[in-house]
Amino acid sequence: MIALEKRPAPSRAWSMATPFLAVLLTMIAGGIMFAILGKDPFAAIRTIFYDPLFNAQFASYSRPQLLVKAGPLILIAIGLSLGFRAGIWNIGAEGQYIIGAICGAATGLAFYPMESWIILPLMIIAGALGGLLWAMVPALLKTLFNTNEILVSLLMVYIAEQLLAAMALGALRSPDGGGFPGSRNLQQYPSAHNAELIAGTGLHLGVIAALIAVIMAYILLSRHMLGFHIQLAGSAPKAARFAGAKPGLLVVTCMGISGGLAGLAGLFEVAGPAGQISIDFNSGYGFTAIIVAFLGRLNPIGILLAGLLMALTYIGGELAQFTLGLPAASIQAFQGMLLFFLLGVDMLTNFRLRWKTKGAV
Amino acid sequence: MSPLFSANGLTKAYPGVIANEDVSFEIGTGEIHALLGENGAGKSTLVKTIYGLVKPDSGEMTLNGAPFAPPEPRAARSAGVAMVFQHFSLFEALDVAENVALGMENPPKPRALAQRISEVSAAYGLPLDPHRTVGDLSAGERQRVEIIRCLLQDPRLLIMDEPTSVLTPQEVDTLFATLNRLKSEGTSILYISHKLEEIRALCDAATILRRGKVVGRCDPRESSARELAEMMVGTALHRPERDITPPGAPVLEVMNLTLPPASAFGTALKDVSLTVRSGEVFGIGGVAGNGQDELMAALSGERRTDHAAICLDGAGIGALPPRDRRALGICSAPEERLGHAAAPDMSLTQNAMLTGAERRELTRGGFLNWGKSREFAEEVIERFDVRTPGPEEAARALSGGNLQKFVVGREILQSPRVLIVNQPTWGVDAAAAAAIRQALLDLAAGGAAVLVISQDLDELMEIATSFAALNAGRLSEPHPMTELSLDDIGLMLGGMGAETGETAA
Repeated sequence: MIALEKRPAPSRAWSMATPFLAVLLTMIAGGIMFAILGKDPFAAIRTIFYDPLFNAQFASYSRPQLLVKAGPLILIAIGLSLGFRAGIWNIGAEGQYIIGAICGAATGLAFYPMESWIILPLMIIAGALGGLLWAMVPALLKTLFNTNEILVSLLMVYIAEQLLAAMALGALRSPDGGGFPGSRNLQQYPSAHNAELIAGTGLHLGVIAALIAVIMAYILLSRHMLGFHIQLAGSAPKAARFAGAKPGLLVVTCMGISGGLAGLAGLFEVAGPAGQISIDFNSGYGFTAIIVAFLGRLNPIGILLAGLLMALTYIGGELAQFTLGLPAASIQAFQGMLLFFLLGVDMLTNFRLRWKTKGAV
Repeated sequence: MSPLFSANGLTKAYPGVIANEDVSFEIGTGEIHALLGENGAGKSTLVKTIYGLVKPDSGEMTLNGAPFAPPEPRAARSAGVAMVFQHFSLFEALDVAENVALGMENPPKPRALAQRISEVSAAYGLPLDPHRTVGDLSAGERQRVEIIRCLLQDPRLLIMDEPTSVLTPQEVDTLFATLNRLKSEGTSILYISHKLEEIRALCDAATILRRGKVVGRCDPRESSARELAEMMVGTALHRPERDITPPGAPVLEVMNLTLPPASAFGTALKDVSLTVRSGEVFGIGGVAGNGQDELMAALSGERRTDHAAICLDGAGIGALPPRDRRALGICSAPEERLGHAAAPDMSLTQNAMLTGAERRELTRGGFLNWGKSREFAEEVIERFDVRTPGPEEAARALSGGNLQKFVVGREILQSPRVLIVNQPTWGVDAAAAAAIRQALLDLAAGGAAVLVISQDLDELMEIATSFAALNAGRLSEPHPMTELSLDDIGLMLGGMGAETGETAA
């Protein structure tokens, strides 16, 4: 019989090793799944993890995609991780991402066709504010009425999606679009375009913002009183209150930061790679970022690496879909396995396994 | 007369520590047998062995002449061994009868059970209404629920683990009457305590444990408390010394503080007033759950009150949050070490930052200076003899006594003007407890105002200069400790005024 035994102190070695172990287990279990689907598991794993970066035929397209996809994931996950560390569960980053995109795009389009350097900065502010305000709804409901922020933030996603559709069909629909849904393409509006900074790399302002967020979060958590209180609130809420952390303020701050960063990610996406507000603008970054945050162990550096890995499985997954004909659902299941195994092996940091013979106790 | 129970050479080792080593003793039929020892002496392991919760590495036991090796508590219960734990396992939202039924193998029908509970409680002088909700009961009444649950099984041997730690002196008398009655009916009782006076008053025989070994057997009625204590500790005890200095000016004042309970099972504070002077140790006694936690939260700033209800040097501070109060010199150490006074998974360095940031200037402009915090943690470890590999150790890896020394030391080394401590030596061994009490006295001697909330009357009698009792959220009139007799204190704890104390004054 296997017994779990609590370690006297969390194991640092296991805390480093579990993400790698989880990736390995995902490859094995995913390989079995692909084999059952009748595909060559080794080819599938290779297509997902290796080809996007090094395959001569696809890499020139897919390599820049790595930063394009990782940027928003990291930006959102960094914000979420602050709340998760404090035990504040913002599940609605997807909605904050949408609202950030709508607010930012609307700001830019309001100036069309004027050209000025000030337009993109204004859009960035509007995008961050939009996401922040959307996150304030669950935050204030929680602090004032003690509602559950998980439910409220999640349900706000569906409201945001409806709003997005209404915008694409109504207020923000392009007058020159011949009645088709969708806004003007911001890529064709230079003052509002979040362009690639170095051609062919996928590096745009959003990626820079993500890197800054990683550094700021790292400093906040390791060196600042607010970060210390965030960690205290998550690991020992009574001790946090005793230390003088204000629970309500932490909820508002953490939700505000995560909402603002998700809004920023949405703005950079709509003004850059996506280009326009459309009915299906959002592609699940806000939800995948939850996986990224945990895969990175809620640690800023970990999230940076996890975001890149997750982006790789996205790009590799798409590649595997059209080169090997793998169903899209199997790629999603593959990504789900990653979180499943991560949480599963996570207990090894706090517990050790022991074999027990029955009757010896 | 052959013994009811005997243990022969019981040994149980855990990794790194031998909890019991070659322990042998006997309990006669109808005997109240004391098991005496400090925290960590191996008492708990021993009774858990008898109750079937721990399997010994070697040695055997007999019950009624037959070999006895219960693999689990159920087997021990069916053999006639029952146990009342120190920490109750009761559901607050259920009533007495439902709680009793949950602990039985084959509970009778609810109505019959309620009838039985009433009968047993009347027969043994333990008044208890089977239909009351446990959440509304006092600690003494909750203990009665546990005792009656045991008595319904007609035990041959009843084990009681520190039963009086939560009782008022009057409730202790009721309990002793019940135990003597059980004894006269032939039930044997294994009584675990470190309170020497009550063992001398109650028990027929005593086995003394130190570091897992039996170091003595005696008839407690023929030994002095001092002899028992020295056998238990192994060395001569020294009592904390205190200078009798007249208290100075009022530092901390609480005026007519009324506070609703924080939770459904909390206690409201009603019109609490007190004054702690410079150089004074003000002791607040009372059984847990009478408003101690609420008073602590109001004083530390975890709960805000009317601004003028709490004053420091005459200025209102009731609406200030904890960090502002610390900056003004009010430090506190709550009862629950792990999870409240300290974060279990964080290192001692991080836990030093937890309250030390303001007064020890461990931060600058909101940024944390971990190097300074580490130095502060090292200072606490050294000055208060905290046994730990170093300041990077997680708080939860420390033993209870060592963590308590760290928590109290962390506050004292901030040189507070006012220190509020709840249960400063709960679960701490005698040597560490003496060190903590001495440190509190030294702090007061240096001019600080010290407020000690404790359930341990011996402790308060030892260190407090003034005493007041907290009962159902009301604080009694304070009296100088020297003018109070044990009976006065008992009456104060029960919610009556200490009339004799006043006439004596």
